[in-house]
Amino acid sequence: MSFQPLTKVTSKTLVLTATNIDTDQIMPAKFLSMTTKAGLGEHVFANLRYNADGSETDHILNTPAGKASEILVAGHNFGCGSSREHAPWGLTDYGIRVVISSEVADIFRTNSLKNGLLPIIIEKRAHDWLLDNPGVEVTVDLDSCEVHLPRNGGTYKFEIDDFSRHCLMEGVDEMGYLQGQHIELDKFEKNQGGNRNS
Amino acid sequence: MTQTLFDKVWDRHIVVPETTANPATLYIDLHLIHEVTSPQAFTELKERGLEVRRPDRTLATIDHSTPTRVNADGSRPYVTPQAETQVETLLANTKAHGIETHGWDSEHRGIVHVMGPELGATQPGMTIVCGDSHTSTHGAFGAIAFGIGTTQVGHVLANQSILMRKPKTMSIEVNGTLQTGVTPKDVILAIIAEIGIGGGTGYALEYRGNVFREMSMDGRMTVCNMSIEAGARCGMVAPDQITFDYIEGRKFAPADYEAACEDWASLTTDDGAIFDKVVRIKAEDISPMVTYGTHPGMGIPITEVIPAAASDADQDALDYMQLTSGDKIAGTTVDKVFIGSCTNSRLEDLRAAAAIMKGRTVAQGVTTIVVPGSVITKFQAEEEGLDKIFTDAGAEWREAGCSMCLGMNGDIGAPGDLVVSTSNRNFMGRQGPGVRTVLASPETAAATAIHGVITDPREFGAAA
Ligand code: SF4
Repeated sequence: MSFQPLTKVTSKTLVLTATNIDTDQIMPAKFLSMTTKAGLGEHVFANLRYNADGSETDHILNTPAGKASEILVAGHNFGCGSSREHAPWGLTDYGIRVVISSEVADIFRTNSLKNGLLPIIIEKRAHDWLLDNPGVEVTVDLDSCEVHLPRNGGTYKFEIDDFSRHCLMEGVDEMGYLQGQHIELDKFEKNQGGNRNS
Repeated sequence: MTQTLFDKVWDRHIVVPETTANPATLYIDLHLIHEVTSPQAFTELKERGLEVRRPDRTLATIDHSTPTRVNADGSRPYVTPQAETQVETLLANTKAHGIETHGWDSEHRGIVHVMGPELGATQPGMTIVCGDSHTSTHGAFGAIAFGIGTTQVGHVLANQSILMRKPKTMSIEVNGTLQTGVTPKDVILAIIAEIGIGGGTGYALEYRGNVFREMSMDGRMTVCNMSIEAGARCGMVAPDQITFDYIEGRKFAPADYEAACEDWASLTTDDGAIFDKVVRIKAEDISPMVTYGTHPGMGIPITEVIPAAASDADQDALDYMQLTSGDKIAGTTVDKVFIGSCTNSRLEDLRAAAAIMKGRTVAQGVTTIVVPGSVITKFQAEEEGLDKIFTDAGAEWREAGCSMCLGMNGDIGAPGDLVVSTSNRNFMGRQGPGVRTVLASPETAAATAIHGVITDPREFGAAA
């Protein structure tokens, strides 16, 4: 699953202030019966975006500004709950490349990194400022691991392990990397002996 | 060097060690798959021309999108054609790759986390993954078991391994004597209320203390199942005689069972091993629990009043739930009761619910559905006459599956319904748009069904 390399993103922010936004909210269960990934952007946050009759609400996600944004700023503990990769698929298909919060759930974080979506945990002061100032233009630089806030808002460092950073910047996925370890794998399996059927 | 249980199992599975530059390559002993999170992974394999490396270490079932009713003519009422396609796609993929699959004709078909243990495929010391966050359930056997996304499902299909950095460890100790009527579900809800839904993020949990030592495997599975609701990808209980007895005689139990038990018995945390974090809870302080908000951390003893909102988010949750701070949660009118899900759909859970429903009638207007976790569980319950107790009481007895836990198969509530549910997530809209979910034990759910309002099961003399 290769994706567009990600090095620097400059975009106005799309802000969802709610805390604990779970992956059921990001991609409701009724859209999980797809056997492909295409078009999930239409359904991302469906419960916020569509009325019961299918018409669009006036939620920011339906506005041109929302749709143009590549950086999502979300309340604390984004992406908790279900492991559905449909959540990052939906977000990237919608156009999001970076999610900034003060905490991001483990599985969502792992899934995001595998789909060219960069999850950033930023210190509380900057997070609060971003939540309070929706729509400002922010630059995320993966090379220097920095988030630049506008209007002298300052520059904040974020952490990402080198391996994930490398994969994102090169647009490479992990399948090839794992495929390259078949000698180690063969050796491991040989040493480990029998399998569960033995 | 002293080690935790997690460290021991982790170390046994390192194919390539972690460095500052690279995550570890971790070998996976057992890969469970189901229809929802696997189709795109099989497509990926096909596009890359890759094979499934170890079909013999992979087990499949269908559970999320499967109807829990059968039409009079024997056909199945899928909620959408897409749901049927998804099930058919799984069956076709696993057939093409020679993967053992528990489909419509298998008595082991059921919720993936009920199936694995029932087959004896889940064993101590293993690494187990599945494209489902409640894979943490299998940690009850002393396995490292966690949920993965679809990309990683592809990695495991092709390479039987995943890339991962070692998480931190947290010990959750519950010692003492549980009050009468307090169940494993109440214990885990109390733990999540204590540490919060993000409290376990980045950690592997180990549940320690006499309360877990004395718990049955069904109970331990209920506890480990909800580790993810505290943000932890996995939770474990050290294997012991209770574990060994459970596995003995099951389909995948090791041929040299004695030798396996001897090895498994070494999988305990050494005295003096250091955890990154320790949480201690007194067993006596735990009551039957219910949730009142929109995430599993918003739980309170059933005897208490709904707390004041500490934040705007809390207030939004209360507004959604149509509940008011200061009101008692017990006595709240309910519309539906759901007994099922990988948290509470095993035989012990069904027995506990039946003990309360026996000879009683479900309150008028309260739709109550009981959904066993697997076909075998269903048969066993029927052998004991539990189905009769439920149907005599006016509850529905369904076919095995995930059902109303996430409603993907169309088993959902109506907007505004209050559902008391033995499942694991009370997120907004999880059981249908506008549906309000209250999480509880099977005992509490059954007692609630009888009275039609949230009811303390101890009123019926329920014993732990
Ligand atoms: S029962 Fe619910 S939580 Fe468990 S696997 Fe099915 S949908 Fe997931």
